[in-house]
Amino acid sequence: MWALLVLLGAASISAHLQDRSFDGQKVFRVVPQNDEQVQILNSLANIMQVDFWQPDSVTLVKPKMQVDFRVEAVKTSMVEDLLKESGVEYQVLIDNLQAAVDAQFDSTARAAGHSYEKYNNWDTIAAWTADIAAQNPDLVSRSVIGETYEGRPMYLLKVGKSGPNKKAIFLDCGFHAREWISPAFCQWFVKEAIEYYGKELIMTTILDNLDFYVLPVVNIDGYVYTWTNNRMWRKTRSKNADSLCYGTDPNRNFNAGWCTVGASKNPCSDTYCGSAPESEKETKALADFIREHLSTIKAYLTIHSYSQLLLFPYSYTYALPPDYQELNSIASVATEKLAAWYNTKFTYGPGAETIYPAAGGSDDWAYDQGIKYSFTFELRDTGRYGFLLPESQIKPTCQETSFAIKYIAYYVLEHLY
Amino acid sequence: ELPPGQFPARRAAAVAAAAVRHRRGGPARALGLRELRRARREDIEDVGHKYYLELELEDALDKDSTVNCTAEVLYHVGNKNIAPDVQFTLEGELKSTEEADHMFYTWVRSLEKELVAENIPDSHGHVPAELEPIRLLAWVASGYLIWQNSTENTHLQLAQIKHVKQVKRSDEYLQFDYVVLLHEMVSQEIIPWEMTVLWHPRDGVQVTRDSRQPRH
Repeated sequence: MWALLVLLGAASISAHLQDRSFDGQKVFRVVPQNDEQVQILNSLANIMQVDFWQPDSVTLVKPKMQVDFRVEAVKTSMVEDLLKESGVEYQVLIDNLQAAVDAQFDSTARAAGHSYEKYNNWDTIAAWTADIAAQNPDLVSRSVIGETYEGRPMYLLKVGKSGPNKKAIFLDCGFHAREWISPAFCQWFVKEAIEYYGKELIMTTILDNLDFYVLPVVNIDGYVYTWTNNRMWRKTRSKNADSLCYGTDPNRNFNAGWCTVGASKNPCSDTYCGSAPESEKETKALADFIREHLSTIKAYLTIHSYSQLLLFPYSYTYALPPDYQELNSIASVATEKLAAWYNTKFTYGPGAETIYPAAGGSDDWAYDQGIKYSFTFELRDTGRYGFLLPESQIKPTCQETSFAIKYIAYYVLEHLY
Repeated sequence: ELPPGQFPARRAAAVAAAAVRHRRGGPARALGLRELRRARREDIEDVGHKYYLELELEDALDKDSTVNCTAEVLYHVGNKNIAPDVQFTLEGELKSTEEADHMFYTWVRSLEKELVAENIPDSHGHVPAELEPIRLLAWVASGYLIWQNSTENTHLQLAQIKHVKQVKRSDEYLQFDYVVLLHEMVSQEIIPWEMTVLWHPRDGVQVTRDSRQPRH
């Protein structure tokens, strides 16, 4: 029996710390009869990455207690052999965890017309924000941080286990209307948070200790316009004085080197910086919220597409930020994590030299406010489909990006300031 | 020597890839840029900026099929209206697309009504299977537009086919009149562009006429 444990130990050393998906994973229910069997479970926990669902920790296990734990796919047969060999009574509670998890979300999705693997229009997303908060009150709450130009409420989801003095990460999507994969990602991320809380160690640790402020669509008016009028619209839909052209580029509208480079003073341009910093109701609402919560927000993540880039400050100048080394290392590891799924290659670096110099960006503004960990993601692809990323790529894009963001969140947790 | 992660090298690589895609492409083969391995820049006085690039290209229809490419891109300084010069060499042979080309050619010739289509891909990124070669043809032809209209300050990509109409001809060529949308990444503008594309399995893809359209 001990030989088997050694074998299991060797296998777990080469295993990854985080699980990528639950495919093939099993959840076992065991009732140890005596101290010797409790010891066996102890050894199992110590040598392998066994995730205890109940009780929370193996140290709480006592004889005659019902014990549930999750085992990685590659180890399930070894664990079963071990339990059989030691005469420990067990049952397989969940035969394939991924199937169970998928089923849970399929039913809710079909009900509302919402799908995590399709592009949802704004009404569907708005309804989803209400539903997801109502269904998961202990993890998600919804608030309104402002109104768009056309009068739509800007919904914000606060995701995390409530607790005192928690720090937070701000995550926004849908700055640019035509980048549909972006709002799709924010919805996916919230789903993952709920799905894996209490079931996966990293996500549970993150949500116990941090809150995510998730703004699923910043530029709602623009997003609606891409569904009704022009799929390639980018900016907001505010009327510009003395011009027939509508809209401001929200990511040129922040007070960070505003309109000095990479932005246009022409309202007809797709990079129009606006009449003044935060001239847009949407950007003002976002900036106001961050200012009000500045003491608790420790990271700012903003999702765009396309190009497969992970950018950090600065974009308004070629000068490197004081935290360049640290941000660069984080980006390096985060892009590796991302590539681990489907080998999707991301380039990373400071915005100005990596993509182009451009002033007025929200990431630069957040950084200059004191939010050290400020990143812009440009998701798939590199131009083959561009803004028109097929729905079949929503899931893999979101899976890989989620993984990178969880890494960044965990890093932030370990480096709170 | 240039860091491949920075935009000047990446823009030059996109131009090189566009030119290769045009010259070597067809309805069953479109090469895209997978990775920029190395880049070097030379400033030639009174002439322009020359980029020396090592690229890895991939076949759009078979992601596992890649080919190495060395390329030189010369942007002319002074007269911005001259297209950049592109020279390239591909390592090894590209696999034959004779069968797929023949099938597509026969299918189009057999159509009673001239083919017409819009919005490829559609808003959700979908392309009907039978229109995939039409899509690839546009992507290959747009390689020509991109190559001819690039400068060091632009980065053009094909965003969408707004409209395509087949035009039957008395000779053996297939003709498609496209209106495409090009996405210029630096200005973020979407530029409508008309182009007439000719193709025959024996020949490459030719853009015989093109014209930039005003924004709508």
